[in-house]
Amino acid sequence: MSHASTSVQDRPVPTPPAPVSSLSSRTLPRLAPLGFAVVSIALGVGIGAAAGWHSRVQWGLLSALLFLTISYVATSVVENKRQAKDRLATSLVWVCFLIAVVPLASLLWTTISRGSERLDGYFLTHSMAGVLGPEASGGVYHALIGTLEQVGIATLISAPLGLLTAVYLVEYGKGALAKAVTFFVDVMTGIPSIVAGLFILSIMLIAGLEPSGLMGALALTILMIPVVVRSTEEMLKLVPNELREASLALGIPKWRTILKVVLPTAIGGIATGVMLAIARIAGETAPIILLVFGSQLINPNPFEGAQSSLPFYIYEQYKIGEAASYDRAWAAALVLIAFVMILNLVARGIARWKAPKTGR
Amino acid sequence: MASTTQTEIPPAPPGRRTRAKSTGRVGDKIFLGLSRGSGILLLVIMASIAAFLTYRAAIAISDDEGNFLTTFDWNPAGDPPVFGIAVLLFGTVVSSIIAMVIAVPIAVGIALFISHYAPRKLAGAIAYVIDLLAAVPSIVYGIWGALVLVPYLEGLNLWLDQFFGWTYIFEKTEIGVARSLFTVGILLAIMILPIVTSVSREVFLQVPRMNEEAALALGATRWEVIRLSVLPFGRSGVISASMLGLGRALGETMAVATVLSPNFLISLHVLNPGGGTFAQNIAAKFGEADAFGRDALIASGLVLFVLTLLVNGAARLIIARRKEYSGANA
Repeated sequence: MSHASTSVQDRPVPTPPAPVSSLSSRTLPRLAPLGFAVVSIALGVGIGAAAGWHSRVQWGLLSALLFLTISYVATSVVENKRQAKDRLATSLVWVCFLIAVVPLASLLWTTISRGSERLDGYFLTHSMAGVLGPEASGGVYHALIGTLEQVGIATLISAPLGLLTAVYLVEYGKGALAKAVTFFVDVMTGIPSIVAGLFILSIMLIAGLEPSGLMGALALTILMIPVVVRSTEEMLKLVPNELREASLALGIPKWRTILKVVLPTAIGGIATGVMLAIARIAGETAPIILLVFGSQLINPNPFEGAQSSLPFYIYEQYKIGEAASYDRAWAAALVLIAFVMILNLVARGIARWKAPKTGR
Repeated sequence: MASTTQTEIPPAPPGRRTRAKSTGRVGDKIFLGLSRGSGILLLVIMASIAAFLTYRAAIAISDDEGNFLTTFDWNPAGDPPVFGIAVLLFGTVVSSIIAMVIAVPIAVGIALFISHYAPRKLAGAIAYVIDLLAAVPSIVYGIWGALVLVPYLEGLNLWLDQFFGWTYIFEKTEIGVARSLFTVGILLAIMILPIVTSVSREVFLQVPRMNEEAALALGATRWEVIRLSVLPFGRSGVISASMLGLGRALGETMAVATVLSPNFLISLHVLNPGGGTFAQNIAAKFGEADAFGRDALIASGLVLFVLTLLVNGAARLIIARRKEYSGANA
């Protein structure tokens, strides 16, 4: 204690010159980080090419490391240790961001460039009936039908259920039941898709049911409900209480208030949530493997017989392991990503367009 | 219902209002019943998932001639049937840990980038791009990982073996393509990045502005502001975010099933091809499984279910506790 207090008392004497010097001290120009980045990328690529490393991953990692070192050293030489640490943190955060963008860019680029080779009208309108793995023919039509039907059924079941649950949690929910539902909705979001598949499978084993599109849709329902509940709940909470109170004050019963005032106000956000949930389950493969079995043929009946689905089709074609089947897998991946991304974009567009006007 | 209308009429003569009130009540009851019913249905689904899986798993485990927890084999069709989850548990945990070690620091970095470093206008767009990562279906990650990432990682594996081989973990003793637990970990890291980022970002944005401004007023650099006020405030949020990510990584099926070349050995050499995870094993073995084999797979799925339940439950409890104490939500 005494040591600390003396140091505090001592400090005023030596410090006065310091601020003066720091105000006039040298600082790096604003564009210096950009320069560091260019230099380190050039060095990384140069060294990588000179040493003959095949993988660009190594080049990138070396450049990132060089960038961090150069900016730290340069700043600590020109400015001071504290600024250098600050610069290091800034550089690190930028590097983190770039590291995350690289895989996304690579994934999208590969899917688009490899997928567009095979994607055409023929691919979208033909099934795999009678097509052998190595043949460069066949299409995705049966899988498209399967995905649309399975996702459609799952949405028809889980949208109303999720909506009602969210209404219960926001408008009525009090006490232990609501708390339990909230907690388990959260936990349910984390159920692995394969476990949802196994659950329906165990029911099938007990009840002696055959695999069909419906079974897959039921597993997808389990995955979809918590997502719908969560997003709808958030949206309902955004509806200003004044609207509810105004409606109730006019003598309108609570259920009509919810149906005619609360839900219409939040409808944009609810639609967004449902569409994002659809986008999420459309890409699920694991339950389909267990419950729908996959088929090469067009089966428009989701209640009987094996079906296919887009993600399952990708997996199936990948496993064949021929050049032609890889092409088909990439093309189907492009179709699936396009479907999911368009849903995402439209959903977010709706969210922006129909955002509930909060009291501001 | 008829009785309520009758009892209501005498005290309130203006007929119109009573009618509205009584239909309102019936509607309210129906509506409350429906919405509460669907809430209860959710709980029933959760309970029946546990019940059905346990029931089928019990059938399988009681006929298992090996020890379900310690056997290094998966042969439920054999005579006698022998299968155990030791390798699967090991592979699941190791690949998820690798994913966490890679993803959490990067995710925190991106979250800080969005909340404190990026230009305001850019931040929204970046958050959106990161969310897009979450929208990509796992099977697409899977084929990208198997056909693009695996060849690219060979050089990195050589490096790790060369410079960090002495750690034993990064020693590559088998020659082969990089279809290893390490590659799976990297792929899982990319896949859980969005959820860890978005939850951490939410927490970092909630840091009381007063704390940050106080630090700035004392002359702190941006990094010092973050170290002194943002990170301490966000710590529990980051922990729960990483646990949510862990839950995702544990249950991921397709990305692992496409990338890994599985075997039934436990090896800490994470660069060697081999190993297995619960979800991958279920997807890979399902096609050839008979009725008993399916029950055996359900048994392993039950373990996965319990594992993810514990991790997610713990994450949610941490978030809930934080909400109660944090002033930001009061």
